[in-house]
Amino acid sequence: MTKLGSTKSLTELREKLKAKNAALSQKDNPLSTIQVKVTMATCGIASGSRPVYDYMKEELSKRNIPAKVSQVGCMGFCYAEPTIEITMPGKKPVMFGFVNMKKADEIIERFIRKGEEIEGVIPMNYETA
Amino acid sequence: MAKQIRIALRNCGVIDPERIEDYIARDGYMALATVLTELTPEAVIEILKKSGLRGRGGGGFPAGLKWEITRKVQADQKYVVCNADEGDPGAFMDRSILEGDPHSVLEAMTINGYCTGASKGLIYIRAEYPLAVERLKTAMAQSREMGLLGENILGTGFNFDIDIRYGAGAFVCGEETALIHSMEGLRGEPTVKPPFPSVEGYLKKPTNVNNVETFANVPVILNKGWEWFASIGTERSKGTKVFALAGKINNVGLVEVPMGTTLREVIFEIGGGIQHGREFKAAQTGGPSGGCLTKKHLDTPIDYDNLIAAGSMMGSGGLIVMDEDDCMVAIAKFYLEFTVEESCGKCSPCRIGNKRLHEILGKITQGNGTMEDIDKLRNLGTVIKDTSLCGLGQSSPNPVLSTLDNFYDEYMEHVKDKKCRSKVCKSLMQYLIIADKCIGCTLCARNCPVNAISGERKQAHFIDQEKCIKCGACMEKCKFNAIIIN
Repeated sequence: MTKLGSTKSLTELREKLKAKNAALSQKDNPLSTIQVKVTMATCGIASGSRPVYDYMKEELSKRNIPAKVSQVGCMGFCYAEPTIEITMPGKKPVMFGFVNMKKADEIIERFIRKGEEIEGVIPMNYETA
Repeated sequence: MAKQIRIALRNCGVIDPERIEDYIARDGYMALATVLTELTPEAVIEILKKSGLRGRGGGGFPAGLKWEITRKVQADQKYVVCNADEGDPGAFMDRSILEGDPHSVLEAMTINGYCTGASKGLIYIRAEYPLAVERLKTAMAQSREMGLLGENILGTGFNFDIDIRYGAGAFVCGEETALIHSMEGLRGEPTVKPPFPSVEGYLKKPTNVNNVETFANVPVILNKGWEWFASIGTERSKGTKVFALAGKINNVGLVEVPMGTTLREVIFEIGGGIQHGREFKAAQTGGPSGGCLTKKHLDTPIDYDNLIAAGSMMGSGGLIVMDEDDCMVAIAKFYLEFTVEESCGKCSPCRIGNKRLHEILGKITQGNGTMEDIDKLRNLGTVIKDTSLCGLGQSSPNPVLSTLDNFYDEYMEHVKDKKCRSKVCKSLMQYLIIADKCIGCTLCARNCPVNAISGERKQAHFIDQEKCIKCGACMEKCKFNAIIIN
């Protein structure tokens, strides 16, 4: 990490990161990829999200599916932990609840690979500032 | 329109909390950059005052005003303190913010330092939140490395650094004066206000204490403008509030709704209603300092003032939902037990008064209550409220007083009829065997841990009430539904 010496360098870094993030989810962008977010706050970890995180990371690379797996904080759906959110390039994010290894496998094979609709989707009911 | 708007939780579940780049990509530290280069401290405080942001820790004191008071006091050193000593049973919004978006708190504290003239920030966090502490430390190291914390922030010459202080889990240390004493290495006991911490706080220097959620709101207000923030919420409570939904509700979790949302919308539309299709009985807000809201409050818009008018309070935002299986007298007793345990013991109304309240409630739940006890509860509760030193004591009788107001008939049943309709108070119930249904299989007798059940094989059995400890083992084992609770 380089030190930001001025507000200008912060703004420039932000623009660069924004463009990079936008490219991630654009459909026809060569940089785009599948984004997998696993909730890893205390509540998620306690319900078993760490093995799910490891599983997604390992299995996606083993099965040759390019994806960016990252950990995020609590999404607020404590009752359904572990939860994971998948964003396919060009599409809206979809959130799954009660994810275990079996469910994770189903998500990879059916939802990500074949684009099928599968059960276990949690409706998103909020706007973000 | 979605019922929820996420402002304080805007980045939770969106960014990787251990990557500062993710935060910057979501306009992180932009508010700080603007403040340091384009705005005077007075201008920032003016924006906050106009936004109407009030303290989210429970009291609801206007944040801008607090910042202004701290700014106006002359001193060679001032401090910014973030209160992350979240202690209400069932409340976890501060933990979620710190674990999901630690940079927003760091950014807001730095802005506060610029406005109040402080160069040092302290986060008082419970040691029971190891993950939050770890992520805060990671975040602090990253922002130092990028020149967003420490000396000469963003090349502007402004210096500000943050340190972490650990709380040992005392509930009273969420009260700001007690919190400050705890940080100084003294006993976590509150002192009389004034002087307020803004004037004389940590090490006798002016100290601005704000809650995690309050801080998390600040960067957005500065990025999006006070007009935007003030357009959300009710007349005297602006913005949103995070609630931790817990108890007998389907969708346990965190929600963030605009001030003025009704309890009905929160519980039934967002929370998915009561578990197992049962009936809603009450919602406890504000933890041990709050009170119970009932069916008649379902359509009251939730904000600071309406909750106080209803005999409860916003508190930190815990919302525990109860159904018909919960006995309100037992609930009041549960919260009192918590307060008795957590009272620091400094002032007598809280130390002795709460103990007596707890004893009277114990007497009532055991079936020994009298009408005199009910009057005593009310009088004593009012006295404790009026005479206690700090917020803990001043609000500790709330669970008793509000259940007395809203569920008077339940207290009456306990006192007069010696009955507990929710079948919670063990002393007031009896396990009985219906002779007609009992086939004398002896299963209950064999499972009774205290040998209270007798009877011949193939004959109706009988429970000796003197011996029975009301554990319910017999009822669970009986295959013929021959055992009932009276």
